[in-house]
Amino acid sequence: MIRFLFKGLLRDRSRTLLPFLTVAIGVLLTVFLECYITGAEHQIIDFNADLLTGQVKVMTKGYAAEPDSLPNDLSLDGVGTLLSELGTDFPNMAWTPRIRFGGLLDVPDEAGETKAQGTVLGTAADILMPGSAEIRRLGLENTVVRGRLPEKRGEILIGEILADRLKLQPGGTATLIGSTMNGAMATANYTVSGIVRYGVRALDRTGLVMDLADAQAVLDMEDAAGEILGWRTNGPYERKLIEAVAARFNGRTEAGSGGDLAPVMKTLRDQSDLAALLDQFSTVRGAILTIFILAMSLVLWNAGLLGSLRRYGEIGVRLAMGEPKGGVYRAMLGEAVMVGVLGTVAGTALGLALSYYLQAHGINISGLMKNAAVMLPSHLYTRVTPVAYVIGFIPGLLSTLIGTAIAGRGIYKRSTASLFKELET
Amino acid sequence: MKRAHPRKIPPAVAGIILIVLSAPFSVPAAGAEQADLTPEAVLRNVDENAVPGSKIMVSAMTIHGRRGDRTIKSRSWIEGEDKAFTEYLEPPREKGIKMLKLGDQLWTYTPATDRIIGISGNLLRQAVMGSDLSYEDMMENRKWSEIYEAADDGGETILDRPCRILKLTARVADAAYHVRRVWVDRERFLVMREERYGKSGRLLKTLEVGDVRRIGGRWIQTRALVRDVLKEGNGTEFVIESIDFDAPMPEALFSKASLRK
Repeated sequence: MIRFLFKGLLRDRSRTLLPFLTVAIGVLLTVFLECYITGAEHQIIDFNADLLTGQVKVMTKGYAAEPDSLPNDLSLDGVGTLLSELGTDFPNMAWTPRIRFGGLLDVPDEAGETKAQGTVLGTAADILMPGSAEIRRLGLENTVVRGRLPEKRGEILIGEILADRLKLQPGGTATLIGSTMNGAMATANYTVSGIVRYGVRALDRTGLVMDLADAQAVLDMEDAAGEILGWRTNGPYERKLIEAVAARFNGRTEAGSGGDLAPVMKTLRDQSDLAALLDQFSTVRGAILTIFILAMSLVLWNAGLLGSLRRYGEIGVRLAMGEPKGGVYRAMLGEAVMVGVLGTVAGTALGLALSYYLQAHGINISGLMKNAAVMLPSHLYTRVTPVAYVIGFIPGLLSTLIGTAIAGRGIYKRSTASLFKELET
Repeated sequence: MKRAHPRKIPPAVAGIILIVLSAPFSVPAAGAEQADLTPEAVLRNVDENAVPGSKIMVSAMTIHGRRGDRTIKSRSWIEGEDKAFTEYLEPPREKGIKMLKLGDQLWTYTPATDRIIGISGNLLRQAVMGSDLSYEDMMENRKWSEIYEAADDGGETILDRPCRILKLTARVADAAYHVRRVWVDRERFLVMREERYGKSGRLLKTLEVGDVRRIGGRWIQTRALVRDVLKEGNGTEFVIESIDFDAPMPEALFSKASLRK
């Protein structure tokens, strides 16, 4: 029977091609939209993880309680040992220490006295170590608008607005005034190697980037760091896996000594109100997908209805020849399932192929970003998830089937006695 | 930068805080009994304790931070209310840092950078060496009697000294603390305790005198604990180790050129 129906579909392409294409295109769009929105969500995650939070972050409990005030007096001690332990315990994670600090940048005049001062919010990362991923994570290569990246100790990058206000150019010198880990005054002279434009006013107005070793020296933080950030090396961010990493680490450290200086691991969602943001994003994502799937379902349902109506005469003949109404109805449902499955498989395959391509290569939007007022990635990427493999079946199969089922109810309403009269016309 | 709060303290209190570049305060040994004085008159007497003249002090500031205690030792040369020069002596990381106050201007010199840096604007609001005081606290020169209205608020005994409690309410808009409660020694007109409040009524800082000694015929608070209650930690303790009144001042000390010497 199935073979018979399948042959019918293949031989009467005018009957199957349009529903098939409608289903395939609808499913393709659904799959692509799912992957695109998931990609956007993951870009928000990756963006924050790279720049600020890591997928997980190790801090002291005291530091974690008030991270916005950058309490470096509550920094992690013995960072070398801690990094080694983290590397052993979590071999599929990459770990890197960072220091964030506040301070003032003082620019000297010809006599070496204060000419201008500006508040800075500094980030110190491993940017001089060969092969370090920190330059990519901090997006430095794409944001340097004047000068170059630091190439040796004593060189810093500063935000464009700050540089303009202090009248600092690449090659200029400035003194950083801050507080050491122990609260003492910290001062050191630096050469500005480059000016960066993040496109985020707060960063461009106060941003300063320096090598970790420089910061450790000036802030009296030898073998110490405010934060150790971690990322998965064997795959993208996965909430459950990351939460498992944090739970394992915290379970172990909670057994040890407590106090403000004990280390604690926070996931990305635990930081900077990202949980609320991501939950909100998921809600919006769900709403968009639901609306889109409903719209696609209506279209495919309509296609099912149209198909049944177009075959009004054919169904009449079949009933007139004695085929049971139930048999005709089931045959139509069977055909709808076949068209739905074939269209969904084709649409899903095409949608996944497109999404996989854009997951690897992305869409370059840097040309649109030249004058952007906010910091956005230069490429947009899709993200293929297991959901993308099945989500197309909702509009592709169910809608076609339901559309045909509703339209097919007309079969039972037709009177056998009047069939020949109908066929005469 | 550590969180510091833009608060000021009067010369009377700044005197005990030895890095302090304003004049230390002291009173003649034979103080007048203040029972019959109005609160305003008591306040004027407190102001007058900021005795002009020159003095050289060696002091220690112990910061009870979250990572433990840290003591910074310094020597200060002070002339009147407007001129002061401080050189940090210990620990090694701070050794050689110098500060110069001339009127309402403040500069610092750090050997690590060989720079003379003007302390103004945002930097004034930073904590001095991580203590519970800001540079701005140290720069306050105005007399309390000029900017506060005083009212009696009871009495209490501190360090076996009967004190009169005054509630000071700012009558100028730019007062650093809208309200202060000060415990004034009834006989010596020394501030023995102080609470400083913001406009919202929130307690911001406290000062607790721990020891008073008679040096060179004057009563001096030689130990005090200042606490920024908005900041973690257990406050900053100031101790005067030695003070030499009317000592001759080296010539040209109060100049920016002397910072590099």
